[in-house]
Amino acid sequence: MSTHQVMTEKPMVSTDSYQVVHSKSGVFYSEYERKTDLKHQTHYCPGCGHGVIHKLVAEALDDLQVKDHTILVSPVGCSVFAYYYFDVGNVQVAHGRAPAAATGLKRACPDKLVVAYQGDGDLAAIGTAEIVHAANRGEKITVFFVNNAIYGMTGGQMAPTTLVGQRSTTSPWGRRPVNEGFPLHMCEMLASLEAPVYIERVALCDNKNIMRARRAIRKALELQRGGAGFTFVEILSPCPTIWGKDPIEARRWVGEKMVPSFPLNVFRDRKVEIPNNNVPPHKTVAELVEGEGKAGAHVALPHRQHLFHDLGIKIAGFGGQGVLLLGQLLAEMGMREGLEVSWLPSYGPEMRSGSAHCHVCLSKERVGSPLVSRPNVLIAMNEFSLHKFASQVVPGGLIIYSLGHLPEDFSAPQAQVVCIPAAEIADKLGSAKVANVVVMGALLEETECLSPGTAMQVLETKVKNPNLLEMDRKALDAGRVYIDHTVAVGAVTQADGFAQ
Amino acid sequence: MSGQARGKVSIDIEECKGCGLCVESCPPKCLELAPELSHSGVHPARYTGHDCTACGICFYCCPEPGAITVYRLAAPPKAPVPQVQTRGEHAPAL
Repeated sequence: MSTHQVMTEKPMVSTDSYQVVHSKSGVFYSEYERKTDLKHQTHYCPGCGHGVIHKLVAEALDDLQVKDHTILVSPVGCSVFAYYYFDVGNVQVAHGRAPAAATGLKRACPDKLVVAYQGDGDLAAIGTAEIVHAANRGEKITVFFVNNAIYGMTGGQMAPTTLVGQRSTTSPWGRRPVNEGFPLHMCEMLASLEAPVYIERVALCDNKNIMRARRAIRKALELQRGGAGFTFVEILSPCPTIWGKDPIEARRWVGEKMVPSFPLNVFRDRKVEIPNNNVPPHKTVAELVEGEGKAGAHVALPHRQHLFHDLGIKIAGFGGQGVLLLGQLLAEMGMREGLEVSWLPSYGPEMRSGSAHCHVCLSKERVGSPLVSRPNVLIAMNEFSLHKFASQVVPGGLIIYSLGHLPEDFSAPQAQVVCIPAAEIADKLGSAKVANVVVMGALLEETECLSPGTAMQVLETKVKNPNLLEMDRKALDAGRVYIDHTVAVGAVTQADGFAQ
Repeated sequence: MSGQARGKVSIDIEECKGCGLCVESCPPKCLELAPELSHSGVHPARYTGHDCTACGICFYCCPEPGAITVYRLAAPPKAPVPQVQTRGEHAPAL
């Protein structure tokens, strides 16, 4: 038998020997969860580019066998209902935020294929910041950008990608660059960044270009599957309804009008190595705060029994009084005693001699918000702060006022108030600078919230000057002694040092 | 071309929206819009019944996921592998 013979023989085949070569992709649902009588049709207008792009994406996902590992992020726009059609993981996000949501999804599920599908109003107008930054970070996601030069869903308003001279409901005389600017070229913009690995613009203007789009979409997804980096495909797509053209005319218009303004090209196709300087967090925050080399040098105190569950402290005064530092010291002490802590400074533009305050949370559980709007303890280091914040203190809370006596017109019936002339005490010890430590001594003595031993440990790491450290030690003791000999005014004190 | 066409196309007239892109795109021009209306009020596309080459272009141009299915005539029994060339530029090195 010769080869020649076989080739010339025309086998007679019956009709049932036809094999399916192109049919509905398995990535689409067999029925769509839409209105009852439209379960078998998409919601897109006849001739819409979205349908074609959906098909190309579905086919690529099918061929790459990633259907069960794909998360599709639907935008706001005509394609918002992509989740009706694609039988993959679906997330529908706020207008323009698909790349931001996709970033989170990809970082949380790095083994999944994350695909953001966006239109031009979504990506190039409200979502410009998101796409630029996701691309700049080199997020390992794929973005399909469907550009039809108009807002389709909302009825034909001018988009950032609307062509010069193109009419829309909001540019009825045609887009004029002098008034509305030039069309935004997203591919070119993103190609100016370092991190993206693949950027291509394709068009659905004729058979040949549709097959190019098919290759580009497949390539982008393949690159993502290989973990390459940020991939972006812009697809110039017809919108027959809004353009007021029939589907064939619209398709031709893409080629004749859009392509000259948005040249088709591969703008980026290269490997990008982003250096990974990410140090694994093998140190606790406490160790990092303490500094290199000292970690583990101190012996941690055994965790003491804290009588509170969570404690919000607000410290307020003039800038320069050590208000913020006092907050930091307390937070670090809490950290060393095994508490969850937060410290949040809040100061106006005028730090020195301006008003400053900070919020400190000490808690046995994770701190939900670092903001202390209803403090258990207020440390007021000037009269202004006392007046301003006293009413915020919770009933049964504590106010420590760092002057000898309360102003005459002051009253805070819900709280217990302690006065301590901290500046004078500190001055007698040698420096008014340690007034905040005097106040800390008072706080520790009055509330017993943290141990003075921890306070000294923290001060030892913070204060390098031995003379000043000695002064701090004395200041801490002086504050405690002063309180020991003082009776608080106001509410009745309980055994834990707190008023109830 | 006489005899059986290499391919054939079936169109789901419930899904077809009558946009006509497949008719426009088909290289051998073997598709047309039906004169009668479908239940959704459009003239759906249909296969003329001859000349389809199973190229699949109509499938890729159609915006509906499942409106078009393309079939190809099953391949004839596989021809034996032609003998390796033993002379000329592409001959394997001995």
